[in-house]
Amino acid sequence: MSSAGDDLTGLSNELADSYDELTGVVEDDSFQSITEEFDAEWSVRRMVLTMVPLLAGLSVLQMASGTVLETFEDTLLENPSLLILVPVQIGTAGNLASIMCSRLSTQLHLGTFELSVTNPAVRANSLAVFALAGTVFSIVGVAAWAIGTVFGGTLALLDVFTISMISGMLLAALVVILSLVSVSGSYRLGFNPDDTTIPIVTNLCDILGVLILFAVVVVVV
Amino acid sequence: MYGQDSAKDVYRDALPVILISLVAGLFAGTILGSETMRNGIESVPGLLLLLPAFLATRGGVYGSLGARLSSGLHQGIIEPNFELDERLSNAVLASFINGMSVSVFIAVLTFGLLVAFGQTGSLVQLVGIMVIAGFLSAVLMLSVLVSVIMVGYRRGLDPDNIIGPVVTTLGDVFGVLFLLVGVYIMGLVL
Repeated sequence: MSSAGDDLTGLSNELADSYDELTGVVEDDSFQSITEEFDAEWSVRRMVLTMVPLLAGLSVLQMASGTVLETFEDTLLENPSLLILVPVQIGTAGNLASIMCSRLSTQLHLGTFELSVTNPAVRANSLAVFALAGTVFSIVGVAAWAIGTVFGGTLALLDVFTISMISGMLLAALVVILSLVSVSGSYRLGFNPDDTTIPIVTNLCDILGVLILFAVVVVVV
Repeated sequence: MYGQDSAKDVYRDALPVILISLVAGLFAGTILGSETMRNGIESVPGLLLLLPAFLATRGGVYGSLGARLSSGLHQGIIEPNFELDERLSNAVLASFINGMSVSVFIAVLTFGLLVAFGQTGSLVQLVGIMVIAGFLSAVLMLSVLVSVIMVGYRRGLDPDNIIGPVVTTLGDVFGVLFLLVGVYIMGLVL
């Protein structure tokens, strides 16, 4: 009994020492350094120096779609319906991509994602993206035609609707493929897909959205 | 269970956000397709060239500010009130600097590309338009975003869920609108 009691006393002394050590450390050094870390993280200099090069790089990439718009300037000015399609196309592509990527990343973390056509997560999300694109781009086709006509455009409803639907569905296919590839690719390369896929895929889809739109315009108009 | 969501569930969950951004996109498109804006595009060489980069910047600058403030609130290092906390004012100031410097960068880049393509353009005009549009977007986006996040947080909404739609909607609509304002003001000045 007594030996057990000694052991317990010893243990409690040991615990007290460790406790002092821990609290001492926390009060002295590491808490300080954690606070400093936070403050450095929130310094204007750090925030500007990390973000500006990234944003500048993205702007350079976005010039690809800008160049396409500039090339089609005459067509766009003649047909306001097509000009109306531009921001919708850019916005919807990015949104669909960010929904698909964040859902697939979550599935990956939960262990229910697998890069295969029979995977239920892959099937459900891909199907949903196509259904969402179908809904959005049929509304957009009619709305862009109506507003464009008010602004003096001459394109027929069927033309605007066809352009919107074909480019929209191609875009959906692109979103699905890019999301699947980037989520499984970034996992294989050892990156957390939450951090990497959304900025990459949304920006790519923004840019490719404009390219697809005008590839379809060239064929239809 | 999350893993068993059917395509129908995903569709139902995502539709509201997608429809909001659709309405915003149509608004932005309507401003872009208007007579005034088309005249602007015709008279300012390079305006279409900078448009996608300018719109994407809004998402990058203010989306990341939103995400940062939201993490700060969750970690408890930012208080959900409007008092001038150093971290909050730093984040707002940094976003302002980011937005303005990238806007000027885009103007210079656009001018460079115009020259490279052998077209004519005015550097002063492009920089002027981007400074005006960048400044007006910064003022609007910063005040609305900070207010919505703070008020939303106090009412129990997770800021992570509000930022996306707020930034996309406001960024698209007001980005194009302020671009038009910039074109108009520079037209008066030059």
